[in-house]
Amino acid sequence: MTEDNQSQPTREELQHRMDQIPDVWVKCPFCGKTIYKQQLGQFKECPNCNYAFRLGAQDRIALLCSDFTPLNRNLKVGSRFSEKHYQAKLQQAQATTGLNEAVLTGIGTIDTHRVAIGVMDWRFIMGSLGTVTGELIAQLFETATQQHLPVILFTASGGARMQEGINSLMQMAKVATTIAEHSKQGGLYISYLCDPTTGGVTASFAMEGDLLLSEPHALIGFAGRRVIERTIQQRPPRDFQRAETLLHNGFLDAIVRRSEMKTTLSRILTMHESGVSND
Amino acid sequence: MKAGFLMTKKTAFDRVLAARAQDKITIKDLIAGLTDDFIELHGDRAYGDDAAVYGGIGLLQQQPATLIGIRKADDEKSATDVHFGSAEPDGYRKALRLMKQAEKFQRPVITFINTPGAFPDVNAEYHGQGYLISQLILQGLQLKTPYLAIIVGEGGSGGALALAVGDCVWAFQDSIYSVLSPEGYATILWKDSSRVREAAEIMKLTPPELVEQGIIDKIIPEVRTKAEINQLKQQLFDKIKELSAIPTAELLRRRFARYRKF
Ligand SMILES: [Zn+2]
Repeated sequence: MTEDNQSQPTREELQHRMDQIPDVWVKCPFCGKTIYKQQLGQFKECPNCNYAFRLGAQDRIALLCSDFTPLNRNLKVGSRFSEKHYQAKLQQAQATTGLNEAVLTGIGTIDTHRVAIGVMDWRFIMGSLGTVTGELIAQLFETATQQHLPVILFTASGGARMQEGINSLMQMAKVATTIAEHSKQGGLYISYLCDPTTGGVTASFAMEGDLLLSEPHALIGFAGRRVIERTIQQRPPRDFQRAETLLHNGFLDAIVRRSEMKTTLSRILTMHESGVSND
Repeated sequence: MKAGFLMTKKTAFDRVLAARAQDKITIKDLIAGLTDDFIELHGDRAYGDDAAVYGGIGLLQQQPATLIGIRKADDEKSATDVHFGSAEPDGYRKALRLMKQAEKFQRPVITFINTPGAFPDVNAEYHGQGYLISQLILQGLQLKTPYLAIIVGEGGSGGALALAVGDCVWAFQDSIYSVLSPEGYATILWKDSSRVREAAEIMKLTPPELVEQGIIDKIIPEVRTKAEINQLKQQLFDKIKELSAIPTAELLRRRFARYRKF
C-alpha cells in the first residue's frame, strides 16, 4: 500500500511535472493555433490571438492580489438538495477545484487598493449559479458595503444551476438586492466578464456593474448557441457572442488583455479613490 | 373530456399542459377585463416596439395603474408576431420604461407573465437580451412604487423573472414557474427528453409547491367569466391599497428582504 502510494504522484505533482515539460502542446480554443504550453506565459494568453485561456479562481487571485483573505470557505450546499447524483457532483467539484463552491470570495489587495473580490470558477459544475454561489456573492457585496470597499467580480458561468430548480433562478434577484444596497452607498462595482459567461449570470449580476470589462474573445451571451439553433433553427455567426461583438454593440466598457488586468484595475481604483476622498 | 378526469388530482405535468392551454385567458383580455379604461403605450424609445410585451396605463376602479404583460397569441397578434410569447430586448426595454414612468407618477405596477422564456435569437443577443433582463431585475427591485406580479400561464426562467420581482407574486391555479421547461430539464440533466413528466414532478413548478417555497405568495383561481375577473380585480385593488399605505422606504425594505432570503 505504502509503496503504491509513493509511486502514484499526486495531482499537484502531476501538474507540476506537466508545467516543466516544454513540449506540451495546447490548441487555442479561439483561433485554433497549436502552441507550446509554455508560450502561454504566466497570463495564459494565446500568442497568436490574445485569447485569455480559462483560469481557476485561485490562479486568478494569484495574478492579481498581493494578499487575499477568503470569506466563508466552509459554506457549502447542505442536505437541502439531497439528490445523490447532485451531491456526488458537488463532492467531485470540491475535490477537483479545492473550492467549496463555484465562486471564491474574499478581501484582497491590488497594489495598494483594498477590494472585495469574487472569482467564479467554471471548473465547479460549469460555474453554475446555485443557492450557495448566490449566498457567497451576496455576502461579498454586504461585506463590501459594511467596509466601504469596491467590488470586483469575475464571472465565468454556464448560468443557473438546474439541480437547484427555481431557487437557482431566485439567486439572480437575491444578489441584485445586495448590489443595490452597495450601489446606494456609492460603492463601485466592476464586473469582469470572463470566458464563458452565459445564461442567468449574464442576465443578472454580470451585467449590473458600474463598469463592464472583459477579456479577448471571451464568450458572453444569454441564450446558448444550441438553444438558438434548436428553438428557432437559426445558425448564429461564429463570433456572435464574443466580447468583441458585445463591445461593438455597446454592452462592454473595455476588453482588457490579461497581462494588463492588474494595472488596468489599479488605475481605475486609483481614479475612483481620488474622487471619493474629496469630501 | 370525461367527467371522472376532472375529479382526479392534476399531476405536475397536467399542470404544465394546463398552463400552456390554448384556451387560457389572453393577457390582452385579462387587462381589458381588469381595467375600466386602458390605453396601450408603445415603444422602447431606443430601437423598437416588441409586440410580445403589452403595456400601458389603466384604471382599476378609481386607481390608475401601469399594467405590463408578456403575451402569447391573441385576437390581435399572431404567435409569430409575439414569438410564441417570448420577449425581445426592446420589449424588456419598453417594460422598464413604463415602470420608470409609473414610478414618476406614483402609480402601482402590475405585471402579467405568460412566457416560455426570453426569445433565443441572434438579434436579441446583439441587442442585449441579458443586459435588459438584468436591469429589469435590478431596477424593478428598487422601484419606488407598489409592484405586483402575476404568473398567468408559463413563467419561464429569467425572461419571466424580469417582470416578477414585485412586492408580491401571485400565480393562477393553472400556471407554472421554473428555471427552465421540464423538456429542457429532462434533456439537459438526463439527456432524455421523453422523461418530461418525471422532470415536471421533481421540479416543484406547480403553484402549491411554489407557495411552499415562498416563491409565490398566493394562488388565484382561473378567470374566464366577467364575475371571476371582477373578483380578481377586487383582490388586486385591495392589495394595491394595502401596499400603497406602506411608506416607500419600508416597502422597499420588505421587498429586498423577500428576495434576499432565497
Ligand atoms: Zn488564439
